[in-house]
Amino acid sequence: MALSVMLCACLAGCKQPPGPRYVPDEAAAARGRAAIERVGCGACHAIPGIGWPRGRTGPSLDGFRDIGLIAGALPNTPANLAAFVRNAPRVKPGSTMPAMPLSEEESRDVAAYLYGLDDE
Amino acid sequence: MWRHIFMVSTMNSSTTDVFDAWWGWPPPVLDPAGPYADNVVVLAWALFAMGVIVTGIVVVALYVAIRGPARWKAKLGGERLVWIGGVAFPGVVLTCLLVWGLWLTSSLTQPMPDGAMRVRVTGYMWWFDVEYLGPDGDVIMRDANELHIPVGQPVVVELQSEDVIHSFWVPNLSGKEDMIPGRTNELVIEADRPGRFGGVCAEYCGGPHALMGFVAVAHEQADWAAWLAGRSMTPPAIAEQDVPGTVPALRPAAAADAADDAAIAANGRTLFMESGCAACHRVAGTEANGIAGPDLTHVGSRLTLGAGILPNNRGTMIGWIGDSQSIKPGNRMPSYDMLSADELTAIAIWLEQQR
Repeated sequence: MALSVMLCACLAGCKQPPGPRYVPDEAAAARGRAAIERVGCGACHAIPGIGWPRGRTGPSLDGFRDIGLIAGALPNTPANLAAFVRNAPRVKPGSTMPAMPLSEEESRDVAAYLYGLDDE
Repeated sequence: MWRHIFMVSTMNSSTTDVFDAWWGWPPPVLDPAGPYADNVVVLAWALFAMGVIVTGIVVVALYVAIRGPARWKAKLGGERLVWIGGVAFPGVVLTCLLVWGLWLTSSLTQPMPDGAMRVRVTGYMWWFDVEYLGPDGDVIMRDANELHIPVGQPVVVELQSEDVIHSFWVPNLSGKEDMIPGRTNELVIEADRPGRFGGVCAEYCGGPHALMGFVAVAHEQADWAAWLAGRSMTPPAIAEQDVPGTVPALRPAAAADAADDAAIAANGRTLFMESGCAACHRVAGTEANGIAGPDLTHVGSRLTLGAGILPNNRGTMIGWIGDSQSIKPGNRMPSYDMLSADELTAIAIWLEQQR
């Protein structure tokens, strides 16, 4: 009895693990991949799933959902990521990455693709 | 039927980007967009059909020879069948195909049409120099990796090479033809519908040969005239357009953030001249007069960068200048990794304005 009370107390003390930062959306990710190829993100970034180009001017985008800050500046949320890929200088003044020719919807799709990339 | 399905699907997907020029269904090589490519595709289908028929006959004969009744086997091994099926049939069929094929493709080797628009395309490792020629054969405009033509009009392409053998191939518009150092080959292309048609170098030319691309753009006659007029052949006087250190004239496409960009572009221009870019690249109307690399006079309005391989936007321009070697390994432009991010951006913004 005492044991089970203690166990319950322990369990109650544990927080739920944080929920996933994104909801997988394969259709959006597929559209995002097409947009990535259309605007040529690979010219500066190595992106898993994009065979060529794998540019080195910017950082690799491997495992984006596990990154702490976007470009070392913004909390890593899908909304921030979408805003960043669409118009980086607006959300991070001084960013080397320029505004890209993406619609708002496309930028959300690109974020969906990048979040789908797992480190493992 | 298939083409219809394809057209509907491409109309729904809102992408009208340049890479449609290479991809999609049917593949460009089976999707002729002009009379010269038409003949090549008809011939290809005829040869494919003959191949299927002959393969079918061989497979049936093989089956009969192994499993067939003895009487059929005897016939198959008889002298008569060898004479008919082994000599007469291929002799007649191949002769007919040869005569028909030569007749069909004779238009590809006919004398060049008089008074046709002429363009000189010169192969370099690993890009294409494009010169539009006037009636007297003088160069009226230079560009690179991109050719704009009017629909419904044959265009003579003079093919040359500055280094090794390349081959010019825009599958939608014609067959391929070699570009050979020291001689000029001529090829006629014609588009019967407007569109963007991808091209490639079709002869292995070393290193990044597979990344040596090209785009042909066919315009309706009226659009073609407008396009030509938009590209003034006479370079603006230096005093008018670009004096080092002053703000260059802005063109309409650079609308957003224009005020910022103008100041940055002036800096980009100075950097372009002082970082070595001008030694290899020409920009008409400026002191940049290098000829080792592609002419950048109109680079801001081009569809692609890096010789038909990257879409053209500020991001890809920065990436190309900053580290083109990671994108097209072995290409003759060094990675400008000694430039800061601000400097790369400034050069990209100035180049964007060269339309």
